[in-house]
Amino acid sequence: MTIDELTPTTGEWLRGVGSMSDVVISSRIRLARNLADRPFLATASATERTEIYRCLADAITSTSAGSDALLVDIEQTDTLDREVLVERHLVSRQHANGEGSRGVTISPDETRALMINEEDHLRIQALRSGLELEALWEEVSGVDDTLAKRLAFAFDPQFGYLTACPTNVGTGIRVSVMLHLPALKLTKEIERVARAARDMHLAVRGMHGEGTDALGDLYQLSNQTTLGKTEEEIIGMFSETIVPKIVEYERTARDSLAQHSPYQLDDKIWRAYGILVNARRIGSEETQALLSPIRMAIHMERFTSMSVAALNELLLHTQPAHLQKLHGKTLEGEQRDIVRAEYLRSRLAPSP
Amino acid sequence: MSLVCQRCQQAKATVHITDTVPDKRELHLCEECAEKEGVIIKQHHQSTNEILQQLIKHKAGLGAAGDLACPNCGMTVREFQLKGQLGCSHDYEAFKELLTQLIERAHEGATHHVGKVPATAGETVRKHAGLLRLRRELQEAIEQENYEHAARVRDQIQALESV
Repeated sequence: MTIDELTPTTGEWLRGVGSMSDVVISSRIRLARNLADRPFLATASATERTEIYRCLADAITSTSAGSDALLVDIEQTDTLDREVLVERHLVSRQHANGEGSRGVTISPDETRALMINEEDHLRIQALRSGLELEALWEEVSGVDDTLAKRLAFAFDPQFGYLTACPTNVGTGIRVSVMLHLPALKLTKEIERVARAARDMHLAVRGMHGEGTDALGDLYQLSNQTTLGKTEEEIIGMFSETIVPKIVEYERTARDSLAQHSPYQLDDKIWRAYGILVNARRIGSEETQALLSPIRMAIHMERFTSMSVAALNELLLHTQPAHLQKLHGKTLEGEQRDIVRAEYLRSRLAPSP
Repeated sequence: MSLVCQRCQQAKATVHITDTVPDKRELHLCEECAEKEGVIIKQHHQSTNEILQQLIKHKAGLGAAGDLACPNCGMTVREFQLKGQLGCSHDYEAFKELLTQLIERAHEGATHHVGKVPATAGETVRKHAGLLRLRRELQEAIEQENYEHAARVRDQIQALESV
């Protein structure tokens, strides 16, 4: 398996299946771990950093944690391929653009990505579409156990797993759920989500967008507290309390739009489709914004000429790095917009 | 020319919305009004990283306190302030006083781990963590007036303590 082979497929987080997948795009759990008796990355020398990388890469690829995984040495990978990994949510932007010896191991189905030398020595990450947190926890905890048999992780009886930044200390767990909330945005009720999250000390932020606006109506919900609660308690807040509540808000808002303003709703959907299928040049952000009402419409059964899987493929493949990889060469901004429009027309336009 | 917020008529409009559903209209609002209208989410509470930065700044501003260094990696409190990241796991011991305050602020008042313990961790560590978790469970059971459960947890604590 190589990055070139991954590119034409859709990543795991866009499979469009799983629990509550009409609203929950994907869920992710990440565990931060550091090797005991090795300096954290802020003070590690280049040599020590390389040693940490080799030690972890070796432990992962020689055990069930990643014996079938693709090991990507990010330092040796070109910029476009690094961007492909970011767009597929396999590595953080910080990891892609960082410096020094670092990498990631990716499982063949892309559900598991272990980042080496990001902010901590190791970040064990699992990702699935829909709300599937219990299965994800079982997976990351299992990987953690496997690796802990070979490696000693920095652990303190009081503070728990020790991390480079004290905001991750304790469980080292970060649970994130990506939600698609177009109807709450349209009905101006998105603040309800923020309030619900705030009450539970969770963070909500717009995905990909500039500043406070959420591009494509995608929002990410994640925990801020990692100490003083068990992993199961933190996960339970999402899967039992807040996510079902927000999903309910969004479904109600969708029903209300369909009932009270069906013409305006359909107008919005079909205008979005009209632009996507006719544009001669189009940016990646505009594409994502226009695909949002169509995604909602598919789930509301108001738009049947496309499947969620097909829409997700468009969403991923129109992002800058994927577009260039699939086109076979690097493109400047303006040229990229023309190629993107051509790609969309070829995929969406009814054959003449 | 910059637009003025349609709602408060004072601040500069930075959020621009063209609605087609349910009615066709254009909105030009400042961030604050956009939030009141429920069209955007603004981060109200400080992010944990902001709390961290503030506290470190405050502490490290105390002159000599900033020179405190970890005997293992040599990182000082001042360097931690600049980088926002610790130098090695021993910093948690070396800067324990400062870090306990930071951690308390960042983690809703918690100062002790109650989650997973590495399978290979020594018996003492496992016992310690188990006791912490049970004591907390006991407290919660008492708060919820679930005395039957509390009694069971108390027995478990006594059993673990006598090991």
